[in-house]
Amino acid sequence: MALQLTNRSKVVSNKEQSAMEKLYLPAVFKGMSITLSHLFKKSATIRYPEQKRIMAPVYRGQHVLKRDDNGAERCTSCGMCAVACPAEAITMESAERKKGEEHLYREEKYAAKYEINMLRCVFCGLCEEACPKEAIFLTDRIVDTEFEREDFIYGKDKLVEKMTERIDVTKRQTPEVLEFKKTPGLKHNELFDGKKLKEKH
Amino acid sequence: MLAFVIYKAVLCVIIFAISLGVAAYSTWWERKFASFLQDRVGPNRAGPFGLLQPLADGGKMFFKEEIIPNVSNKFLFILGPCLFMVTACMTSVVIPWGKDFMMGGRNFAFQITDINIGVLYLLGVVSIGVYGIMIGGWASNNKFALLGAIRASSQMISYEIAMGIAVIALIITSGGTLSLHEIVEKQDAGVCNFVYQPLGFLIFFICALAETNRAPFDLAECESELVGGYHTEYSSMKLGLYLFAEYINMFISSAVMAAFYFGGYNFPFAHELYNAMGLQEGSIWISLIGFGAYFTKIVLFICLFMWVRWTLPRFRYDQLMNLGWKVLIPLSLVNLAITTVVAYYFNK
Repeated sequence: MALQLTNRSKVVSNKEQSAMEKLYLPAVFKGMSITLSHLFKKSATIRYPEQKRIMAPVYRGQHVLKRDDNGAERCTSCGMCAVACPAEAITMESAERKKGEEHLYREEKYAAKYEINMLRCVFCGLCEEACPKEAIFLTDRIVDTEFEREDFIYGKDKLVEKMTERIDVTKRQTPEVLEFKKTPGLKHNELFDGKKLKEKH
Repeated sequence: MLAFVIYKAVLCVIIFAISLGVAAYSTWWERKFASFLQDRVGPNRAGPFGLLQPLADGGKMFFKEEIIPNVSNKFLFILGPCLFMVTACMTSVVIPWGKDFMMGGRNFAFQITDINIGVLYLLGVVSIGVYGIMIGGWASNNKFALLGAIRASSQMISYEIAMGIAVIALIITSGGTLSLHEIVEKQDAGVCNFVYQPLGFLIFFICALAETNRAPFDLAECESELVGGYHTEYSSMKLGLYLFAEYINMFISSAVMAAFYFGGYNFPFAHELYNAMGLQEGSIWISLIGFGAYFTKIVLFICLFMWVRWTLPRFRYDQLMNLGWKVLIPLSLVNLAITTVVAYYFNK
C-alpha cells in the first residue's frame, strides 16, 4: 500500500451491482429519508447583518495604531513591524518630532507615513509581536470591501485610532506582553487602563 | 350561450393565472425547500419569508440585456421559448379542477373543456413541448445548446413510450375512457387508481420526472457538463420563459398524476363530509372543497418532485437510456399484460 497520511481512504471496488442495488429504489428511499431528516434540523445560517458571529478573543483583523492616554502616537517608526512582516505589506517613512509636537508624538521620531496593504496582509500578527512600543495591534474589526485596489492600502488616516473612539486591545495583551510592559525601565508603559503599573514595582 | 362563454372565459383566465402563480411560487418554494433540506435558510430578504422573491426574479429577468447571437437563426431562436411556454400552458385545458356545479338551473363544468380524448391530447401537447427545447437548442448554433437539445429530445422520446404504456394500463382499469373528467369521476366511489396501478404510478412518476427535465433526469440542462444545455445562449426574459415553463410543466404533471392515480378532486369520506355540512348535490361549495383537496395533492406532488431533485444525483447518459429502454418499457409492458388479463377476467 502506498504512503498514507490518514487511515480514512478506502480502496475502490469495481464489483458488479447486486440485483438489489440494480433496483435503485432502496438506495433512493434511503437517500430521501436522509434528506427528509434534514428538513427538521436547525439551520446553520448566521443571518449576518442582524446577527453576528461571536469572534474568538484572539481574532486577528484590521490593525490599529494606538495612541497613549494623552493622545500621542506610540509608533516611533523603528521599522520592526515591516521587517517582521512575511507578506511585506507594511511601508513607512519616518520624521523627526519638532518642538511643540510633544502632544502628538510620544518620542523624538515618528512615522510621517505608515501604510499597510490589506490585500497583501495575511493577518499573522507578527507585526504586533515585533513592536517594542505597543503601538500596533490587530483588532476584531473586519477590513471593509472596496471597489479599487488602491483603496486597500490603508494610511495613517484609517490606521491610527481616534481619541474619541478608542479601540480596546486588552484581548490582545498576552501574558508575555503584559510581562514586557511591567519592565520598570519602559517609561512609555507607565499608564495603561488607567492604572499606574509603576506603583506595583 | 352568453353566460356559458363568459363563464369559460373567466375560468380560462383564472386557471391561467393559477398556473402562472403556482409556477412563480414553485421557484420560491424550490429554493426554500432546498435550503431546508440542506440546513440553510433560503431567500428571506425580499418581503416576509422572501415571498416577493419571484417578483424580484421576474423583474431582474426583464431588465437583463437581451442577446441574440449573430450566428443564430433569429426566427427559430425566438420561436423556441414561445413554443415551450405555450405548450406548457395549453396542457391545463383538459384538467378537471372540481366537480360540476349547478347555478341558475344550468350545469357548469369546473374544467375548460372535457374532450373525449383528453389523455391523448395531453400526451400530444407534451410531446410538442419538446420542439420548444429542440428548436431553441438548434437555433442557438452552439455546440452545448445542440447537445442539450439532442439529449432532451432523445430522452423525451424514450420515456414517452413507457409513459404511454403505463397510461394505457390506467385507461383499461378506468373502463376504457380517455376523458380526464370520467377518469376522475370513476375514482369517486372509494378507491383511487393507485391501489390498482401501483407499478403503473411508479413508472408514470419516473417518466414524468424525465418529461419535465427535472433532476435526476435534467441532462438537457446539465450545467456541470453543458454550461446551460439547450438554453446556453438565451438571456433575459427568453431564458426566463424557459425556466418558468419548466415549473408550469411540473405543476401540470403533478395535477395529471393526482388526477390519474390519486382521485383528483375526490378525497376519502368526501360524501360523508358534504352530508354533514348539509351541501346539496351540485352546490358550488362542493366544487370548491374538491378543488382545495385537489390543490393540496398537487402541492404535495410538487414537494415530492423537489424532494427527489435535492436528493438524487443526475443520471449518466447511458444509465438514463438503459433505465428507459431496458427497465421501464419492459416493466410497463408487464404491467399492461397483467392489467389486461385481470380486467378481462373481472369483466367476464
